Amino acid sequence: MSLIYPRDSLKAHPLNASPAYGSTQKRAPSKPLILLPHTLSETTGPVFGHVGVAAGDSDLTRQHDGEPLGERIIVSGRVLDEDGRPVPHTLVEIWQANAGGRYVHVRDQHPAPLDPNFTGAGRALTDAEGRYRFVTIKPGAYPWRNHHNAWRPAHIHFSLFGPSFLSRVITQMYFPGDPLFKYDPIFQSVTDENARERLVSRFDLGTTEPEWALGYQFDIVLRGRNATPLEEPHDH
Amino acid sequence: MITETQAPQVTGPDFGITPSQTIGPFFAYALTPRAYGGPELATEQVAGDGVEGERIRIEGHVYDGDGVAVSDAMIEIWQADAQGRFNTSGNAGFSGFGRAEATAEGAFYFETIRPGALPGPGGGLQAPHLSVSVFARGLLVQLATRIYFEGDPGNADDPVLALVPAERRDTLIAKRDGAGIFRFVIRLQGEGETVFFAA
Ligand SMILES: [Fe+2]
Repeated sequence: MSLIYPRDSLKAHPLNASPAYGSTQKRAPSKPLILLPHTLSETTGPVFGHVGVAAGDSDLTRQHDGEPLGERIIVSGRVLDEDGRPVPHTLVEIWQANAGGRYVHVRDQHPAPLDPNFTGAGRALTDAEGRYRFVTIKPGAYPWRNHHNAWRPAHIHFSLFGPSFLSRVITQMYFPGDPLFKYDPIFQSVTDENARERLVSRFDLGTTEPEWALGYQFDIVLRGRNATPLEEPHDH
Repeated sequence: MITETQAPQVTGPDFGITPSQTIGPFFAYALTPRAYGGPELATEQVAGDGVEGERIRIEGHVYDGDGVAVSDAMIEIWQADAQGRFNTSGNAGFSGFGRAEATAEGAFYFETIRPGALPGPGGGLQAPHLSVSVFARGLLVQLATRIYFEGDPGNADDPVLALVPAERRDTLIAKRDGAGIFRFVIRLQGEGETVFFAA
């Protein structure tokens, strides 16, 4: 199936020139972007369907001798294209802070404890229906120095490839109803309200496992549409 | 156990691509975890020893609008092989894909082979190039650029370089810097700003 990548979809993305997020000020390009034709260099991309993922990589609570502290959660969902079709066997990489809001990264200076039983990095491949599933710990909110009393809402970083250079995306998944949303310039950098809501996972009782872990659903839609229009609406 | 959930709504204003968000400053232990002992998905080694082609090393730096090194960037490249073919099947010797974390000085490198010319739009040829994605704290969406090679006869007819104002084309061309070494500087903003593309 050959895919096309309508540029109109790019409107969902934030602008790099989003000055309320201070780090953009010296890093966002000042000159207009030049429209790149979609050549083979853009419509192809690396495939990781068979390598690089070990069975335990998707359970972030089982990567050490003991269990991490915090609220155990399940995060699952589907990776879809712009026609709503599953993107099967594609790599999903995640990373996050621990329950106290502290990253393992050496430069994280937040004075919250590291958890010896939690690294916070995981990988999964989507199945034939585009589904992925992680078991992890709900990350804590954490302070940053963007402005006075700045706090990031709890989030999990996601990195996906999809079928091509054009479908590559790095994003962040948030949790429903976070009171920090309205103060967070990174979340608010997505100016379209519908698009912004797509960054928020949904609590799902069907994903929740009794006596064990709350479940959240987070579907990810990558760029790419079938080049030949559908005859019928897609049904599942 | 994966449970059944409702089908996604694939029409209407709620459906659309998932917006990008910044990679942030703390990705390394997951995406480029060499210093943390973690498994690396991809590295600076794009082509193994046995791969056919002219071996090259790309050496680069990333700078911000003040000329300060960007020490928390991740650079990814995607390229064709010496015959201008893309590897989409995960061959062990040549992946065509590289990933590097910038150093404290904003430096990065890739060890690979020089790609061949490859088909372009409208039946023409594209000059040898690497596709580049730049991710960093402060970038809400990755920046796309290309690395071309100084002195390549194909550059003059390359359909993408032709879209770039002549006075800025140079920012896309890696300069020879010794045998088999090409230098490429990425300036995110301001004087000498690298050309970035809307893909
Ligand atoms: Fe974060």
